[in-house]
Order: sequence, then structure tokens, then C-alpha cells
Amino acid sequence: MKLVTAVIKPHKWEDVREALETFGVTGMTVSEVSGYGRQKGHTEVYRGAEYDIALVPKIRIEIVVDDADADDVVGIIVKTAQTGRIGDGKVWVSPIETVVRVRTGDRDEAAL
Amino acid sequence: MDGYYAFMLVATALVLMMTVPALALFYGGMSRSKSVLNMMMMSYIAAAIVGILYVAVGWSMGWSGDGTFFANPFELFWLDGVETSDYIFVMFQMTFAIITVALISGAVADRMKFSAWVVFVPIWALLCYFPMAHMVFSCTDDSLICGRIGAQDYAGGTAVHINAGIAALVLVLLLGKRFGWPKDKMRPHNLTLTMLGAGLLWFGWYGFNVGSIVFGGESEEADMAQFLSETGRTFANTTLATMAAILGWLLIERIMHGKATSLGAASGIVAGLVAITPAAGAVDLSGAVAIGLVSGAVCAWAVGWKFRLGYDDSLDVVGVHLVGGIIGTVLIGVFSTSDGAGGIDGLLYGGGVDSLVDQLLGVLVAIVYVSIVTTIIGLAIKYTMGLRISEEAEVEGIDITEHGESAYDLHTGTGGGGGKTGVLNTASKEGVNA
Repeated sequence: MKLVTAVIKPHKWEDVREALETFGVTGMTVSEVSGYGRQKGHTEVYRGAEYDIALVPKIRIEIVVDDADADDVVGIIVKTAQTGRIGDGKVWVSPIETVVRVRTGDRDEAAL
Repeated sequence: MDGYYAFMLVATALVLMMTVPALALFYGGMSRSKSVLNMMMMSYIAAAIVGILYVAVGWSMGWSGDGTFFANPFELFWLDGVETSDYIFVMFQMTFAIITVALISGAVADRMKFSAWVVFVPIWALLCYFPMAHMVFSCTDDSLICGRIGAQDYAGGTAVHINAGIAALVLVLLLGKRFGWPKDKMRPHNLTLTMLGAGLLWFGWYGFNVGSIVFGGESEEADMAQFLSETGRTFANTTLATMAAILGWLLIERIMHGKATSLGAASGIVAGLVAITPAAGAVDLSGAVAIGLVSGAVCAWAVGWKFRLGYDDSLDVVGVHLVGGIIGTVLIGVFSTSDGAGGIDGLLYGGGVDSLVDQLLGVLVAIVYVSIVTTIIGLAIKYTMGLRISEEAEVEGIDITEHGESAYDLHTGTGGGGGKTGVLNTASKEGVNA
């Protein structure tokens, strides 16, 4: 099992969710996060004073999938979330040791 | 004059609305999310304290008779001797006292002890506002600014805006900078509140300026004719100056910083209203537009001074009210026309420099009087009970430390508790942005 974590632009989240649902992903965890990468932040001006806003709002998606599906899921996210401009985000995959479904106690693949 | 009386009932309610809630919203939106309740409370408590004090001695100090600086505080104490049919005029002037004190609060955001504010408010009203109202508005022959100097001030360029602006500057210098300023410039947390507050201020300002008519009193017919012509003039001037100031502010912003901002538009509204306040009766439509444009543009530039000079006038009370108040009061000497309420031609209409000199003198007297008295009050509070909350309290947030509240609980499922309830605040949720 793998954990696919993606940090993407907020306005791409709906497209990504639809694409993943079409592929067969049945659930995910989503959070509103902020951070920065190579694009750094941006500048805002209030009454003439410039403010460097270091953190940019992003959406983080976390999905636990079968090993076999990991590459496809990553591919779908990258394809759907891509705008080609700086700040599109990152996707990474990490191994998972154990998953348990809280309602039934099912473990691992049965819990996905 | 039934129409006038009915109008004053409405105008008085409008001016009270300028403080509660318009100014509170305007300032509250510009403060940080951890300080918004304290910011708004400073306006609300000012209304409560100053209003009652005004009935006790404020009206008497202003309107009971002669005096260079103020009239006998006990002549009409607690409105003893004032007919109830005149109460509405007391109430109208009371709302001016309230908003003048409340205006100061924007400068001291995030860091002034609430108890120190509660002590400062009545003492400052007593020693600065009530005398200034007498010197400017009651206009007895011996009153300093109106009677002796002869400076024009229709609705409070000196008595309200320069008065509050100077007091703000003095308090800021005595209080010191907020922890972290100016490296952290502390941006506004909710500009929709500020836009709403600015709009409500504009609306209420019609009560403020148009309601400030003073009648010649020669005959009922003459007063009625004056009522009809002068309210039209002050209403139109108030409107046009404000519109021009929005454009003036945004133009300077666009040139200096590349963007026209919503905070700039809201600030332009206030800068224009402030500047036309003293001049609403004196100038014609072109004069109103000129004063608005100049005020919007100059204030947009003046709000940057604090970063160069290093005083933390948090929400720009100095940059908007002091600067705008001076602009409006002084430019009367340039743009006033003899058709206007004062019957005096300014520099541009062939009246020479006399009016301009009177206006400058009026401004100077206001600045000197208010800066001296406010410094004494501020120092007295600073070295007895203290003006500032602790650094720890300031960092945690003045809403929680001074009022035991927080303005926003945006986290679902955690109930109250000031956003400090722990892990659930960071829990993930589905359907975000859906």
C-alpha cells in the first residue's frame, strides 16, 4: 500500500477530485494548507505599505491506494492539476505499513 | 421650522450611527483578527461614557454662555434649565463629542489597556473636546477660534478631526510601537468590514455636515429660505468631495504602488468626508471637488510618513484625520465664496489672504491647545496606572487578555474556546472548496 500526497493549486482541486473519482478512487482526505516553494510568496499593498506574504494557500490531498494503482493515481493528479505555471505543487508517494478501517476493524487491502 | 426639527431627529441618529457601528467596523476590519473586538469596544465604550458626561457638563461647557476656552460647566449642569424641546440639539452635539473621542482609538490599536482607555476617554472629552466645541461651534464673541480669530469651521475640521488627530499622535508617541512593528506591518484582517464601515460613515456624515446648519435668526421666512438653500449646498458638497477623494486616493495609489485597492477607496471616502467637514457650507461644487481631490491624494501619501518617521499610528488617524482636517480647514481660505455660509470670499475669489490667515491661525491654536492638554493627560495616566498591556498579552492578543473573548471561531466541531481546543482544529475535512 502507498500513501499518495499531493499539494496542488486550490482552483484545480475540483478537477482533480473528479478525475480521481472517474478512475475509481473512493475516498480521500483533503486539507487547506499554506506554504511556499520556488515561487516564494507574493506582495500585497495596504495603504501604500508593501507586505511580503510568504505563504501561499494550497490544497493537500492524501489518498491511500494499492501498490498497483499508485503510479496511475500520481499520473492523474499531475495531468489534471498541471497549469504549466510556477506554483503548481508537488506529488509524492510513501509506503504504508498498516491500514485499519475503524468501523469494522478490517486491515490493509480490505480496509481500502 | 417643523421640517428642521424632524430633520434633526434623523441627523442625530445618523451621527450616532457613525460611531456605533460605522467607525467600529471601519477600524475593526483594519485591525488584526486577535484585536478586532477591543478595537470595536473602544468606540462603543466611548459612546457610553462621553454621552453621559456630555449631559452632565459637556453641553454647559459648550453652550451655556461666554468664555474664551469654555463656558461655565455648572450653569446648565445635567441640562438643568434646558427645555426638553431643545434636548435634540444637545443630543446632536453629544454625538459629535462621542465620535471625536472614538476616532482616536484607531491609533492605539492592539496595545492600550482597556482600563486606561476608560480613564482617558472622559478626561480627554472634558479637557479637550468640550472646550474645543465651545471655541469652534458655540461661537460666542470671546470664544477663541470662532469668535476671536474668526476661523470658519462648518462641522468640525478643527474641533473634531484636528482635535482627534493630534490626540492620536500624542498617545501614539507616549504608548510606543506595537511589538514587532514596523518589521511586521500587521495587515488588515477583514477589509469587507472596513468597506462596510466606510460606506456607513458616508451615509451618517449627511447628518453630521448637513445637520450642522446654524440659522441667522432674522425671521422665520429667512431661516426657512436659508434651510432650503444651505442644506442643498452642504449635502451636495459632502457628496462630491467624497467622490473626488476616492479618485484622488486611488490615483496616487495607482501611480505610487501600481494597484488601486479597496482599502484605498474606503480610506479615500473618509479623507474626503474629513476635509469637506469644515468647508461644507463655505465652498461651491468646484471647491468641494478640489478639496476632495487634494485631501484624497495628500492623505494617500501622508499615511506613509509613519514608516519614515517611526511612529506607530496603527490605523492612520494622523494620516487621515489630522492631515485631512488641516487640508479642509486651510483650503476654506482659498475656495470659500461669499455666497456660502460664512459669506467670505477666499483667495481664489478675490478675498485676499485674510481668510487664509484666519484659517491657519485656527488650525495652529487647535494643534497647540490639544497637543499640550493631551500630553498632560497621557503622561498622568502613563505614570500612574500605565497605558500599555504587557508584551505577552499583546502577542497573545488583546481580545483574549483584556476582554476574555475571541472574535472568530472558524473551526467546525470544536465549539467555543478561542480556537485553543487542540487537535480537532487541524483535523482534515472533506469537500473543501466544493
